[in-house]
Amino acid sequence: MSKKTMSKNTKINVLLLLVVAALAVLPLALGLGDHKEEPFAGSDGEAESAITEIEPDYKPWFSPLYEPPSGEIESALFSLQAALGAGVLAYYFGLHRGRRQGEQRALERERDRDRERDAESVAGATAGKTAGKSPAEGD
Amino acid sequence: MHIAEGFLPPAHAVAWGVASAPFVVHGVRSLTREVREHPESTLLLGASGAFTFVLSALKLPSVTGSCSHPTGTGLGAILFRPPIMAVLGTITLLFQALLLAHGGLTTLGANVFSMAIVGPWAGYAIYKLLRRYDVPLMVAVFFGAFLADLSTYCVTSVQLALAFPDPSSGFLGALGKFGSIFAVTQIPLAVSEGLLTVLVMRLLVQSSKGELTRLGVLLAKKRSGTGTETEAVAR
Repeated sequence: MSKKTMSKNTKINVLLLLVVAALAVLPLALGLGDHKEEPFAGSDGEAESAITEIEPDYKPWFSPLYEPPSGEIESALFSLQAALGAGVLAYYFGLHRGRRQGEQRALERERDRDRERDAESVAGATAGKTAGKSPAEGD
Repeated sequence: MHIAEGFLPPAHAVAWGVASAPFVVHGVRSLTREVREHPESTLLLGASGAFTFVLSALKLPSVTGSCSHPTGTGLGAILFRPPIMAVLGTITLLFQALLLAHGGLTTLGANVFSMAIVGPWAGYAIYKLLRRYDVPLMVAVFFGAFLADLSTYCVTSVQLALAFPDPSSGFLGALGKFGSIFAVTQIPLAVSEGLLTVLVMRLLVQSSKGELTRLGVLLAKKRSGTGTETEAVAR
């Protein structure tokens, strides 16, 4: 892959991220939550209030075994969830990038060694062919 | 899409649990088989689960003035087929039910059914269909992830409407109500999820070509037409 296509690739990836960011920011910037009592509340919570609207007598018959004691703790746990996921993803892509670079470096080293050996054998005019190892394929 | 703890009547809670259980059991079998036969795929399995972890923790604002979150199940469904995603999705939901009081144990069956079963199957189906008609890989991935996300929220709306039909307008009235809360809010988020899934798939095409070929996402250059198409997208 040439440098040029790489940079085009990166550009597309950045563009994808920007569109996602724009989709998230636009509703806020346009004030689409202004008509609500509680702008940008969770839809899960809204569904709960819709339930109690439809059936005012409904009482949840089970409560969570553990409930984060405050909004702060809850958001901390949500961040933990996202961080765990992001960490694993970053590990995956980092590992593969490192592997590819390592393989490439090993290939180059092998090629260099072959070239040196070829040069030596030519210089020493040794009998017998030193067939250069065909460089392993891979990218 | 998380139905809160205790917010489904017991009969419904049990019914959805019974409906979901076989899918999850079958998924656990597929997952153990996959790991046994292809230990090298464990890492990518972890990454697929991690993607669901990240996306379902991201609560994003939407055009309806409320917040909701993507599901992240499309990626794993496309890579490893829906049964395996049923397990990964269930793990995510269980984490949220136990630690975050988000969703719940009594509603786990219903939430698994929407997010870990119907979502992945719907996304996988549209992905497969589009690929059959030689639609470029990334376009198919986008619609797969988009539909996995959106269908999950539609199922949640149906589940709630079944449990709480409107006293005057009945099931359909309630469906409209819950649908406007969930499904409409979800449309831009499903677009975001589609784009993020395409992004991750592009990175995977760069980093894990061999793995994607084994999983059948990338074609091992055959039929010249589709082959070059996949290649073109891959670059």
